[in-house]
Amino acid sequence: MTQLDAPRTAAGTGSVPRVRRGGRAAWAGGAGLVAVVAVLGYLPYLVSRGTQVDLVGLFALVVLGTMWNLLAGYGGMVSIGQQAYIGIGGYGLVYLAETVGVDPFLSVPVAALVCALVAWPTSYLAFRLSGGYFAIGTWVIAEVVRLLVTQVDAVGAGSGASLTAFSGIEPLYRIAFVYWMSLGIAVVVVVGVYLLMRSRLGLALTAIRDDPTAASSAGVRVTRAKRLVYVVAAAGCGLAGAMIVANTLRVQPGSIFSVDYAAIMVFVVVIGGIGTIEGPVLGALVFYLLQDSLADLGNWYLVVVGGVAIAVTLLAPRGLWGLTRGRVELFPTGYRVAVRR
Amino acid sequence: MSAPLLEVDDVEVAYGDAVALPGLSVAVAEGETLALVGANGAGKSTLLRTVCGLLRPRRGAVRLDGDDVTALPAHARVARGIAMSPEGRRLFPSLSVEENLLVGGYARRRGPWDLAAVYELFPLVAERRSRPAANLSGGEQQAVAIGRALMANPRLLLLDEVSLGLAPVVVAQLYAALPRITGQGTTVLVVEQDVHQAMAVADRVQCLLEGRTVLEGPAERIDRTALAAAYFGVAR
Amino acid sequence: MSWVNAVVQGVLLGGLYALVAAGLSLVFGVMRIVNLAHGVLAVVAAYGALVLGRALGLHPFLALLLVVPAMAAIGYLLQRGLLDRALRGGELAPLLVTFGLAIVLQNVLLEAFSADNQRLSVGALGTSGVRIADGLSIGWFPLLAALTGVAVIAGLGRFLARTRTGRAMRAASDDPEAARLMGVDDRRIYAVATALALATVAVAGVFLGARSTFDPAAGATTLIFAFEAVVIGGLGSLWGTLAGGIVLGVAQGLGAAVDPAYGVLAGHLVFLAVLAVKPRGLFPSAVTA
Repeated sequence: MTQLDAPRTAAGTGSVPRVRRGGRAAWAGGAGLVAVVAVLGYLPYLVSRGTQVDLVGLFALVVLGTMWNLLAGYGGMVSIGQQAYIGIGGYGLVYLAETVGVDPFLSVPVAALVCALVAWPTSYLAFRLSGGYFAIGTWVIAEVVRLLVTQVDAVGAGSGASLTAFSGIEPLYRIAFVYWMSLGIAVVVVVGVYLLMRSRLGLALTAIRDDPTAASSAGVRVTRAKRLVYVVAAAGCGLAGAMIVANTLRVQPGSIFSVDYAAIMVFVVVIGGIGTIEGPVLGALVFYLLQDSLADLGNWYLVVVGGVAIAVTLLAPRGLWGLTRGRVELFPTGYRVAVRR
Repeated sequence: MSAPLLEVDDVEVAYGDAVALPGLSVAVAEGETLALVGANGAGKSTLLRTVCGLLRPRRGAVRLDGDDVTALPAHARVARGIAMSPEGRRLFPSLSVEENLLVGGYARRRGPWDLAAVYELFPLVAERRSRPAANLSGGEQQAVAIGRALMANPRLLLLDEVSLGLAPVVVAQLYAALPRITGQGTTVLVVEQDVHQAMAVADRVQCLLEGRTVLEGPAERIDRTALAAAYFGVAR
Repeated sequence: MSWVNAVVQGVLLGGLYALVAAGLSLVFGVMRIVNLAHGVLAVVAAYGALVLGRALGLHPFLALLLVVPAMAAIGYLLQRGLLDRALRGGELAPLLVTFGLAIVLQNVLLEAFSADNQRLSVGALGTSGVRIADGLSIGWFPLLAALTGVAVIAGLGRFLARTRTGRAMRAASDDPEAARLMGVDDRRIYAVATALALATVAVAGVFLGARSTFDPAAGATTLIFAFEAVVIGGLGSLWGTLAGGIVLGVAQGLGAAVDPAYGVLAGHLVFLAVLAVKPRGLFPSAVTA
């Protein structure tokens, strides 16, 4: 999308490489994205409320997948404790809207901000562990948050709470507003991560992923970059949690803090293609389309989720998006060098 | 003359697209000591890694006593009698010296070498037996690495860059032990950058340049000037 | 006296936590894999003993004679079939694969046995004990469980220190390629290590299942407690892990003495405190390789 000035070589003459990002696919991708968002934005005038509620679930999956991919695919951090922030986001919305009396739509970004504020000091604890032990550490933190929340009577302790702050709005409008808000959040999160990965931070993260020691000696502040990713991912998961609660109007510690969210995030990212912007979106769509047929399976539903994640990791580690073998990049984060002859 | 103990027959070895050995043949007779010399990047270590099974050739064969072992993984070659003291020693740092030696004997081949024999060969190693291998000097580590390879009672002992990073006097001490190893009938293939040391211990010398043999012959008959020229690849 | 009792029960429970942790540490130490399915595998073993008890009327201790070899075999095949492949897929792959496995196993158990609480019955042994003072008694079974944990950990330590295979395991952990040059088939050694880890976790799972109730979701807490024992004790030392398990068990016991709802939380908080103040653990291993 951007074309940079080609670096002047000492030779000066002859073929000058053109360094550019993306290409036709990226332009088509950008145009396509605008078109898809426009169509999705118009949907509340066309489809039933039930469909809108379903689609909010899809947007939450897109946000969760994109955030988990930012952590694992770009930051190299496998977290199985993001449900901590999903829960804080969900409970934050309920607490702010019900008890504090903040406008519920405003409460959503504020709840995400709370997640970021919690995540920042938490990262100092979690970052003392690495690799697989980091993964379990994040899980412990999620458990601690869950156990603490179940002690708080103001949010219904173990039995949870309802979101009634929307009761002043006609359900027809409420569902449409929540739908538009969720669509907007999903778009902002995906485009935001895309822009983040094109920034200096993205370059730093790619360097860290490829070789942390070399990146560190090249002046990349490894821990600071990872901490930023961790905090951003917490805020994003908080947004998703608030979306889920705004959609279902109910929050319960057992479900909002469930480790099943971790499994779903892994599935969405791995099947779509880890380490790409497009992968988690595609994975979320796949999961959303499978959801109805999986729901009939009962407990087998998560067996399939786990089994597919194992199979894809071992057999097709680049996921569905990887099947395009990098030929199509709707969201190009790298550069391409083309030599003009 | 019977088949050589080790026969490397026209092997081509590559790391990805980079060809390190374009088709090299090496033969070592039973009981012989062959020194492979050559500059950095000549392919000496690549050859040793191919012989011990850490690398698979794209073409060609490795035969031990006439048996094709090309497809055998490294651990199975130890059982057949190929043991190596690798470049950089590669001792197990969290194990004691004695434990390193015992792991060397993991394959449980019968023969003259056991803990007592290795300690007799390197008395200094005996003194350090209960120390962690990480806390040894370079020369001591090299002695342990050689002893560890001997514990496998190999028919063919591969020594990779024994002199690397060691003071000449230490290198001389280590090589002084070689006659007692070959005296047990062990065949030795030495890779060495220190040409003088190599010429002193070997029966035969083979000089490599860019993966090809440029000079070979009995150690006592090799002309030093010709070897120097071959080593650096001048006047070919 | 209830405080003393809480400490004593915590110490006894800690032995079992350490036993679960020992297998987790072994797999991590040898292959650098954190097996996220380790906890649920303990629960699989407990259900195994449950099925044998129902079908054949076997006492859990007798069931161990079948469950332990079966779990070891599963471990061997798991390493050969799945984890070896995952190890070749980079750093993230083993985590994704073992987490996927944990999800699969937990939900298969849920389908097969429902979410009902189960408990293995060890007969009179489960209820009898020795009374030391008012409000302080030690049950024979918790004592036996703790001693078994300590014995298995001691045996594992001896195995690693003294045997040919144990040495090969430590060598392969230090430098797999150099180990291959010594004739060690590192992939077979990895499979043996995983088999051993699952054998120990099977013992722990059956004892845990007889000590208190369990359900298919118990694997999550089992994994977390084992992990906390490892971190509290300090990575890389089996006896440190035992001490970590005891600290965790005591913290949970004391927390539960205040209010039953605080038991698990107290354990987590002690873990987080250790992580904050002494990230290398309370009893770090002397060897720094």
